Amino acid sequence: MSARRRRRAAAEQDEEEEEEDEAAEAGSDKEVDLEERLHELDLRNDSDIPDVPPPTDSTPEILKKALSGLSARWKNWWIRGILTLAMISGFFLIIYLGSFMLMLLVLSIQVKCYHEIITIGYRVYHSYDLPWFRSLSWYFLLCVNYFFYGETVADYFATFVQRREQLQFLIRYHRFISFALYLTGFCMFVLSLVKKHYRLQFYMFAWTHVTLLITVTQSHLVIQNLFEGMIWFLVPISSVICNDITAYIFGFFFGRTPLIKLSPKKTWEGFIGGFFSTVVFGFIFSYFLAQYQYFVCPVEYNSETNRFVTECEPSELFQMKKYSVPPLLQAVLGWETVNMYPFQMHSFALSTFASLIGPFGGFFASGFKRAFKIKDFADTIPGHGGIMDRFDCQYLMATFVHVYITSFIRGPNPSKLLKQLLILQPEQQLSVYKTLKSHLVEKGILQPSLRV
Amino acid sequence: LQESESDTKLDGETASDSESKSEFGGSSPVPTSDDTPEVLNRALSNLSSRWKNWWVRGILTLAMITFFFIIIYLGPMVLMTIVMCVQIKCFHEIITIGYNVYHSYDLPWFRTLSWYFLLCVNYFFYGETVTDYFFTLVQREEPLRILSKYHRFISFALYLTGFCMFVLSLVKKHYRLQFYMFGWTHVTLLIIVTQSHLIIHNLFEGMIWFIVPISCVICNDIMAYMFGFFFGRTPLIKLSPKKTWEGFIGGFFSTVLFGLLLSYVMSGYRCFTCPVEFNNDTNSFTVDCEPSELFQLQEYNIPVVLQSVVGWKTVRMYPFQIHSIALSTFASLIGPFGGFFASGFKRAFKIKDFANTIPGHGGIMDRFDCQYLMATFVNVYIASFIRGPNPSKLIQQFLTLRPDQQLHIFNTLKAHLVDRGILGSLEDA
Repeated sequence: MSARRRRRAAAEQDEEEEEEDEAAEAGSDKEVDLEERLHELDLRNDSDIPDVPPPTDSTPEILKKALSGLSARWKNWWIRGILTLAMISGFFLIIYLGSFMLMLLVLSIQVKCYHEIITIGYRVYHSYDLPWFRSLSWYFLLCVNYFFYGETVADYFATFVQRREQLQFLIRYHRFISFALYLTGFCMFVLSLVKKHYRLQFYMFAWTHVTLLITVTQSHLVIQNLFEGMIWFLVPISSVICNDITAYIFGFFFGRTPLIKLSPKKTWEGFIGGFFSTVVFGFIFSYFLAQYQYFVCPVEYNSETNRFVTECEPSELFQMKKYSVPPLLQAVLGWETVNMYPFQMHSFALSTFASLIGPFGGFFASGFKRAFKIKDFADTIPGHGGIMDRFDCQYLMATFVHVYITSFIRGPNPSKLLKQLLILQPEQQLSVYKTLKSHLVEKGILQPSLRV
Repeated sequence: LQESESDTKLDGETASDSESKSEFGGSSPVPTSDDTPEVLNRALSNLSSRWKNWWVRGILTLAMITFFFIIIYLGPMVLMTIVMCVQIKCFHEIITIGYNVYHSYDLPWFRTLSWYFLLCVNYFFYGETVTDYFFTLVQREEPLRILSKYHRFISFALYLTGFCMFVLSLVKKHYRLQFYMFGWTHVTLLIIVTQSHLIIHNLFEGMIWFIVPISCVICNDIMAYMFGFFFGRTPLIKLSPKKTWEGFIGGFFSTVLFGLLLSYVMSGYRCFTCPVEFNNDTNSFTVDCEPSELFQLQEYNIPVVLQSVVGWKTVRMYPFQIHSIALSTFASLIGPFGGFFASGFKRAFKIKDFANTIPGHGGIMDRFDCQYLMATFVNVYIASFIRGPNPSKLIQQFLTLRPDQQLHIFNTLKAHLVDRGILGSLEDA
C-alpha cells in the first residue's frame, strides 16, 4: 500500500521536474519546489525505500511434508541442515569431476551473484522498466568477463592458441578489442539517457560497475588460484565455511558477549572459538590434501590429449620436512620434531585471515542488507537465502589468497613470460637472449659450450 | 564545452547581469559564488554582460594554455606532479558533489575514509609504476627493495584496513547513506585514479604521447564550439542542446588536421619523442635516445585520388602522424561521449558545474571530462599497436624463476630465434 503511494508520489515528482525544466522561473513557488526536489534527494532517513516484499517460501514440497510434524524452530534447523549437506556433497562431486567443472561452477556462481545484486538494485530504484538497462548490465558483465578470460585463461591455452590463426589475432589485440567492446556499451549508455530518468540511470550504471568490481574480479582471482593448484582453491574456501560453522556452534553453546552491533547474533566467544578451530582444521585438511598430486599440482592444459592435467613433480612446498618443535610446545605435545608440509605453515596464514578478516565481509553484507532493508539477497537456496548469502565471507578471501600467492609463493608465470618474449621485436629478442644466456652461464645452469 | 554562464546564485535569485539557462530549473542544491578576481571585474565593468563573460573565459583559456606550455618546458617530473594534483582536485570535486547530494557531510569518519582510500589506491599504482620504471634505483636501496617485493601485499593490507574501518564505522541510522558514499567513492576512484595513472604511463612512453592526445581533445572542444557558433543548425543530441552536427563534423576535420601538424612539429625533437628514463648516475630523468622508426621521416606515396588535389606525388611524413590520425579521430568521435556523460551527470544531480575553481569555466572536472576516455584509449593503443612488453621488465621476471623454468624458456626462445633466422646457427655467441 505504502509502496504504491510512494511510487505515485515519485511519478508526480517526475512530472513536476519536467515542468520546472521547461518553464521559466517563477518566484513564489520556488520554495515549495525546492523542498520537494530536495525531499526526493533527501536520503537522511531510510524511510523512503519501500520494504522489499518478503521472499516466497521455495522449500520443496517433499521436505515440507516430511517435516510437517516438527515444531517450526526444529523444522528450520532441519531444512538448513539438509541443504548444507546437499551443498557440501555437490561441492565434493564437482571436485571429483575436475578443474574444468570447477571453473564452470565458479562462473555460474559469479553470474548468479551478479544477477542477485543487480535485481536488488532494480528494486531499490524502481528501475525495472528503464529503457535498455537490463541489456546493458548483462552486456557489461559479458565484456568484463571476456577481458578477464582473455588475460588469464588464454595464457594457459598458449599451445592450443598457437595453432589457430584467428585466435592468434584475438589474443594479440585482446586489450584493444575488450576496450572497444566496453566503449560500445558506454556509448550506448550515454545514448540511452532519458530526460526524466537521468539520476536513476546513473545510479544503476554505478551500481552495475561496483557489482562487477566485486563479483567478477573476485571470481577470476578464484579461478587463477585454482589454476595454481586445487589445494589453493579448496583450503581457503573450506576454512571460511569451517569458520562460519564453528563460530556459530561456539556462539550457540558458549555465546555471551556480543561482537558488533551490526550482527547481534555474533559473539566474541564464537569468534575466538571459531578462530582456533579453523586453524586446527586448516592444518589437518592441508596435511590430508598435500599428499595427492591431484590437488597439489598446477593445472595445465595438455594439447595432445585436449584435457586438463594435474601431474607434476610436487614442489618443495608439498614435500615433508622435519621441523623442530619450539621448546614451549615440546612440553605440551611431547615430541621433539614433527614432520610437516611447508604448506601447512601457509595454511596457518590462510586460516587466520579467514577467521579474523573474513567475517568483515559478512558484516559488510549484513550492513548492506540492513541498508536496503532486505532479509536475504535472494531466495535461491531454501533456508539459506541467495547464493550471495553463502559467499559473502568468501569474497575477501579470494583476493587475499591471490595476493598471498603472488607475493610469497610463486614468481611470474613462465608461460605468460614466454608469450611476451615471443611478441618482442627481433632485435629486442636477440638482446634479451644474450642477457639470459650470460646469466645462465654465470649461474652454471647452462654449460658454456659452442654447440648446445 | 558545456556553456557555463558565469555564476549560479541561490535559488530564487538570478545573477544580476547574466542570463541563466532555465533548463536546470535555475537552482541547485549547491550555491556557487562568483570567483572572478576583482581586478578582472573592474577592467571589464563597462562591457555588456555577454561580452564580459566571453572575455573572462578567453583570458582564462589563454592562461591555462600558457600554464600548460610552461609545465611542458619544465619537464616530466613537474608534469607528473601536475597530473597528480589535477587528479586529487577532481576526486575532491566529485566527492564533494556526493556529500551535497546525500547531505552526508557530517557522517562519521567518512571524509577521512575517502581520502584514505585515495591514498591507498595511489600508493598501489605508484608502486607498480616505480617498480617498472625505476628498477635499478629500487634494487639499490634496501627499504625500497622490500617495499617493492611485497608491494601488492602491502597495498592490499592497507586497503583492507580501510575496508574494516568502514565496516566498523557503520552507524545504525545511516547505513544506506554510508553504503552510497562507499560506492560513490569507489566509482570515483575507478574513474579518476586509474585514468591519471594511465596518463602517467603514456607520459613515460614519450611526452608526445601525452601532449598530442590532450591537445587534440582541447582542439576538438574549441573547434566544435566555433564551427557550431558560426554554422550550427542541426542539434546533435538531446542531452547537450548546444552541440550541433556542423560543429561535430567541423571539429572532427580540424582536429585531424591539427593533429597531423602538431605531430609533425613535435616529432622533430628528441625531448618529446624519447621515452622518459631515469638515469642512475645523475639521479634525474633524461629524455635522450635514438629516435625509433616511428619518428623518422619516410616517403609515402599519395593515393592517386589526392594527387590531383594536393599536386605532389610523394610526401615525407613521420609514421607517427598516421597514428595521430587514429588519436584525433578518437578524440573527435568518442571523446565527446565523455562530455555527454558528464553533462548527463550534472543534469542528474542538478548541478551547473562540478565546482567553481576556474572562473568562467567551472571546476577542473569540467575541463577534463572529455579527456578521461582519451587517456585509456591512448594507453590501450600503445600497448596493442606500438610497443610490446618491456624487455627489462621481462628480464627482471625471468630472474625470479626457478632454474629449470629458466632453462626451458631459454631453450624455447633459442629455438624460436633459430627458426626465424634471427640467430645464425647453433654456434652463435
